[in-house]
Amino acid sequence: MQLSEHILQTRGLSVYYGTKQAINDVTLNVARNRITAIIGPSGCGKSTLLRCFNRMNDLVPRSRITGQVLFEGQDLYAPDVDPTEIRYQIGMVFQRPNPFPKSIFENVAFGPKINGFRGNLNELVEKSLVRAALWEEVKDRVNASALALSGGQQQRLCIARALAVEPRVILMDEPCSSLDPIATLAIEDLMRELSQEYSIVIVTHNMQQAARVSDYTTFLMNVENRGGQLVEFGDTRQIFTNPKDERTEAYITGRFG
Amino acid sequence: MAIIAHPDFKRHMARRQWQGRAFHALCLMAVGVALAMLVLLLGYLIQQGVSRVSWDFINGFPSRNPDEAGIKAALLGSIYVVLIAAVVAFTLGVGAAVYLEEYASRNWRTRLVQINIANLAGVPSIVYGILGLEIFVRSLGLGRSVLAGGLTMGLLVLPIIIIAAQEAVRAVPRSVREGAYALGATRWQAIWHLVLPQALPGILTGVILAVSRALGETAPLIVMGALTFVPFAPDGPFSRFTVLPIQIFNWISRPQAGFHQAAAAGIIVLLILLLAMNAGAILLRNKFQRRPEA
Repeated sequence: MQLSEHILQTRGLSVYYGTKQAINDVTLNVARNRITAIIGPSGCGKSTLLRCFNRMNDLVPRSRITGQVLFEGQDLYAPDVDPTEIRYQIGMVFQRPNPFPKSIFENVAFGPKINGFRGNLNELVEKSLVRAALWEEVKDRVNASALALSGGQQQRLCIARALAVEPRVILMDEPCSSLDPIATLAIEDLMRELSQEYSIVIVTHNMQQAARVSDYTTFLMNVENRGGQLVEFGDTRQIFTNPKDERTEAYITGRFG
Repeated sequence: MAIIAHPDFKRHMARRQWQGRAFHALCLMAVGVALAMLVLLLGYLIQQGVSRVSWDFINGFPSRNPDEAGIKAALLGSIYVVLIAAVVAFTLGVGAAVYLEEYASRNWRTRLVQINIANLAGVPSIVYGILGLEIFVRSLGLGRSVLAGGLTMGLLVLPIIIIAAQEAVRAVPRSVREGAYALGATRWQAIWHLVLPQALPGILTGVILAVSRALGETAPLIVMGALTFVPFAPDGPFSRFTVLPIQIFNWISRPQAGFHQAAAAGIIVLLILLLAMNAGAILLRNKFQRRPEA
C-alpha cells in the first residue's frame, strides 16, 4: 500500500458537547514522522481536537462529531471501527503525568499485557524505557513504585508506557504544563528524538515550546463562541516569523490569549 | 507585650479565652460520658460473665441446666450466617456499584435507582425478615435454614456495601481510567486491572460495617424462623440454626441467675467475634492499601 504523506487528517470536523460546539469545521493534515503543534488561546478546543484522533471524546457523555477523521486514509469514526483497537496505534500522553499506582515495570508492561503481547516482556519494557530516556535513571529499581518518581520522570514513564504498545502516532496534551523548565527541556529533546520514528501531535499553550520543537503549527481560535476554528496552518517557522493572518500575529506576539 | 489597643476594638480577651476553655471542657465531657458508658457496660459484662467463658461454654450445646449451657450452635450459626451474607452482599454489591458508576448512563432512571438504594439502607431490619421469609424460606423453598438466614442478612447489608463500593470506585481518579483507555484497554480491563484494585480498600471498609451490622441483627432472623433452642451444630446450608443474639436474648429472658451469667458470657463471645472479624477485614484492607515499595 502506498502511504500518503499525511498519517492523520480531519475533514470538516465539528465537535459538540451537548448543544455547545467545541470545534467548528476544522480541516487539517498531520504529516508522517513530523511534529505538529496545535496552539491557541484557552477554550479554543485544542484538547478536544487532539482527543478526536484517538476517540477519547467518546468517553464524554453527550459528545458527538460531524465530519471525518482519517487515519492512514481510513475513517476512524466508521461504524465498524472499534475505538479500543485504534487507541493502541495512536498513543496519548496527558497534561498531568498519570502513572498507574503500580511498579515502574508494571506501568510499562500494562499496555502490552492487555493487548495480548506474547514476546519477551522484559526486553520490551527495557526498550521502551530506553526510548523514553528514562532507563538509565530507573534501571536499578524497575520494581519500585512509579509514584515515587519525580514529575518529569513520571511523564517520561507515561511516554514509555505509550511507546510500549508500538503506536504509530503519539498525541501529547500539554505534556509539560506541570513540569519545571529542566524536565520540560528533557521532554522536548525526547520529542525531537521520537519524531524520527513516530508522528507526534502536541497541544501546547506555550508558544516558545511550539516554536522550539514542532515542524508544523496549527493556530486555533474560538470564533464568536461557535467553537474552535482553524485560523492558520503552516510551517512552524513561517507561522512564527511571517504569519499570514493578523489574528495569528496578534496571538504569537502576545497581544491576547 | 507591647500592643497598643486600637480604641475601636473591644477585644474581651478574658471572655474569649474562657469561652475557648469551656468549649474544650464540653467536648472532653462528651468523650468522657461515652467512654464511661462503655467501660460500665464492659465492666458489668465481665464481672457477670467472664467466669463462664471457657472452652466448655464455647463448645457446649444449650441445656436446661444453666451451668452446663453452651453456645456452640449459636456461635457456628452466627459465623455461617455472616459469612454467607458477606459473600453474597460483596459479590452483588460490588457488581451493582461498578454498574452504577462505570456503565449506567447519568439519567433520571439511574438517579431513581440511586435514591432507592440509599432508602433501602434505612429500611427497618424486620422488613427484610418478612422479605426473607417470603422469598427464601417459602417461594424458593430453602426452609428455615442457615442458607435462608444468610441470604436474608446479605440483602439487609447489600445497600451498605453498594454505597461504600460506589464511593470507593468514584474516588479512583479519572486520569487513571483515561490512561488505561489510551493504551487500548477495554472498559472491563480498565475496571478489573486498575479501578477495582484501587477501590478495594474502600470497599472492604464497607464490608467491615456490613459484617458488624449482620452479626448484631436479630429481628429478621426471628421473623424468618430461626430457632431459639438448638442442640446441634449446623451441618450444611439447609440445616436449621440459631445465632448469638437470639441465644443471648433467650437466656436473658429466663428467671434463673445462672442463665443471666451465661448471657453475659455470650455477649463477651459475641464482642470478641465481632472484633476478630473486623480485625480480619482491616488486615485485609491494609494489605491491599500497601503500595509497591518506594
